[in-house]
Amino acid sequence: MRFDDIKAYENVSLKHSVQNLLSNTSPNEPLNKIQENTDYNAVLKGDVLTRKMFLKQQRQEEKDLNIAWINKMIYTDAILQEKMTLFWHNHFACRARDAAFAQQLNNIHRANALGNFRTMLFEVAESPAMLQFLNNQQNQKNHPNENFAREVMELFTIGRGNYTETDVKESARAFTGYGFNKGGEFVVRKFLHDDGQKAFLGKTGNFTGEDIMNMLCEKKETAHFICNKLYKYLVNETPDPDHVKAMADVFYKADYEIKPLLGYVFTSDWFYSDKNTGNLIKSPVEFLVGLSRQFYITYDRPDVLLQFQKVLGQVLFYPPNVAGWPGGRNWIDSSSLMYRMKIPSTLLNGGLIDFAGKADPEDEAYIATVRNQQQFVNTRVQAIADWDKFLSVVPKNTPNTEFAQFLLEPKLNNIILNKVNGATDTKAMAIELVSTPEYQLC
Amino acid sequence: MDRRHFIKNTTLASGALLVPAFLKPLEALASSQLSGYKNLVIIQLSGGNDGLNTIVPFGNDIYYQKRNTIAVKQPDVIKLNDIQGLNPGLSALKEIYDQGWMSIINSVGYPNPDRSHFRSMDIWQTGSDANQFLTTGWIGRYLDANCQTFKPYTAIEVDDTLSLAMKGAKMKGIAVQDPYKLYQTTREPFFKDLVHDHGDANLSEDNLGYLYKTMIETYSSADYIQNTSKTYTVNASYPATPLGNQLKTVSKFINSGLQTRVYYVSLSGFDTHVNQQNQQDRQLKIYGDAVAAFIKDLKQSGKLDDTLIMTFSEFGRRVEQNASNGTDHGTANNILIYGGKLTRAGIYNDAPDLAQLDNGDLKYQIDFRDVYATLLDKWLNVNNSQILTKNFAGLNFV
Repeated sequence: MRFDDIKAYENVSLKHSVQNLLSNTSPNEPLNKIQENTDYNAVLKGDVLTRKMFLKQQRQEEKDLNIAWINKMIYTDAILQEKMTLFWHNHFACRARDAAFAQQLNNIHRANALGNFRTMLFEVAESPAMLQFLNNQQNQKNHPNENFAREVMELFTIGRGNYTETDVKESARAFTGYGFNKGGEFVVRKFLHDDGQKAFLGKTGNFTGEDIMNMLCEKKETAHFICNKLYKYLVNETPDPDHVKAMADVFYKADYEIKPLLGYVFTSDWFYSDKNTGNLIKSPVEFLVGLSRQFYITYDRPDVLLQFQKVLGQVLFYPPNVAGWPGGRNWIDSSSLMYRMKIPSTLLNGGLIDFAGKADPEDEAYIATVRNQQQFVNTRVQAIADWDKFLSVVPKNTPNTEFAQFLLEPKLNNIILNKVNGATDTKAMAIELVSTPEYQLC
Repeated sequence: MDRRHFIKNTTLASGALLVPAFLKPLEALASSQLSGYKNLVIIQLSGGNDGLNTIVPFGNDIYYQKRNTIAVKQPDVIKLNDIQGLNPGLSALKEIYDQGWMSIINSVGYPNPDRSHFRSMDIWQTGSDANQFLTTGWIGRYLDANCQTFKPYTAIEVDDTLSLAMKGAKMKGIAVQDPYKLYQTTREPFFKDLVHDHGDANLSEDNLGYLYKTMIETYSSADYIQNTSKTYTVNASYPATPLGNQLKTVSKFINSGLQTRVYYVSLSGFDTHVNQQNQQDRQLKIYGDAVAAFIKDLKQSGKLDDTLIMTFSEFGRRVEQNASNGTDHGTANNILIYGGKLTRAGIYNDAPDLAQLDNGDLKYQIDFRDVYATLLDKWLNVNNSQILTKNFAGLNFV
């Protein structure tokens, strides 16, 4: 939120604001940074130089894609759509080795971010990124690979405890032959598909993969599983069972339409209760995007955004595993908290970055080919905050405490109150406020 | 405690400017408490180090058949027994080996191995099964099991950021690349104000309390680490490489009597798909020279008997080389252990079986968690079943 956002909603009722939020913003276009997918056969057959070139290109594409998305988050107005895209990015967590595939999956999440969950699930299940990541290319009649089928249940739909190992085995058979061709298009390879009878969740039939996913969506546990996760993302890390149950009722009744669910959450009293305000720990990306939006920061060297993601422990398109980023207090340790408290003054005061962060394991192949492994050394951030704009949208005569309460979600404690009450320089005060532990919460 | 109480209490506390007990200097600690303090140093080789070109099975013809251009030639191998020897890049370790300070454990891995870097590293760092996702690291859970007495500096990673291995649910280790720099950062005026005005040891249980607690612990840990470690100067010479510097820092920490049980460092650059030989030899030399310097330094200062060093990588590489004079991701690998008090120095078990492969990959003989279990039970004195997903029998190298 920015001051100009607040102004726009000043005299509008909550119900109307939420309606506006859900309907009026024009949706974001898909990412189109990466034009074509890589021909891996050519790479594998190629000589040393080809492979080196490929590694370099792959790295560049991943970087471009990352920055293209984070720019969308910072500079477009479809905040809710991008925030939900990030939610689905973490729900259907995937690492694709092909940047074009990663981009396509991301666009599925974006297109359906506020749409229908079932539609999204079906599209994800047909995406080359996920099929490859969960080894469904290798899932063949008589040689089933259960990875895909297992994660669809454990992490994408009904969750643990609601299915048996037999359900995993049987549904894996239903997904046999589902894969993609050279061009990255979804194909059902009939000769590899097991069209025999399967027993799944108490029913028997010649089920296909689509049947399995429909049967999973029929189970209310799926609505509950998603709502529980969403509650942790939007409301509180400790879910209130009654609230989640109410959400699941809405979601299930709306046949997995996401807007009614969000509408219900945003108009519920509990969403605004003290307990649920300013108690969620921002993810590194939320932190960076929020800071950049609030201060209208532009980056001459957008690479620093990637560098910050690395040291703070969340690199877009690089979730730690198929379960996604664990979030919450997992984001915070001594060093990440120190960086979070230091980054605002670095960005807003034109400081230096003097930390390197660790390479992602996937970068190792590239690192092995370059001699100079010191990738990041004292680099100037080259970020420009638009202070004039920032200050111009703050309504005249805003008391310092109100200003502080706007930047910080949690209730202000006395130390902060004392600090802001004596402050004369709004700029300096703003930098201090966003360098606090309180600023890590939303 | 709810948020309002918390604010009220901190207001009172700030009025009196109370300094919490753990901000006080730790000189009070009797030095007798420090002696006999056992340290574990973990060195992670990132990228999947090719174990077969590290500890070379020169006595096995299959090795030369499968690697006709990248095998280490017989005369170049530093022979340890009739079958295995060191890569020439590790020449500095020969002396360490001869002293009985090194143990080589062959064919370490886990069931259903994963060949992706990040996933396999995840598995090694959390100690999970291949199909299990844990959000805490194995050292982190060791901290959790003792969180009443431990501090973040009980486990120090000499790096800018903290690895998952070091993160528990209740307690996390601390990343310190340079103790002085960390100290300086935490002493910036604004930061200092926030810490001191919040000097209340009983912070609330909510996330804000957690953030303040982390901040205050960082502040006091930075002070403790800087003021303890500055009392000792490392005189031994170390190679001028990042790993050399990191191990030199660890030596400073250990020798100054820092109450740290686990140190963690890593070295990158082992994902050698293309033109492996030069790259890997270069990395192994960096590794071998730094480790040898470190061990000799600890011997000199009398700390080698209290120190155990473990080196691992997320996986080994395929037995057969690829078409680019490199190797692709494999499975089982060796673990290298060093220390002054090894009960079984030398080569711990049989050399890897290059004839019985699993789809071109080595079959693991020892679960890596049996190695962890040994370290937990016999070195860190905690029952391994408390930390790992189940009880592991462990090995006999220490």
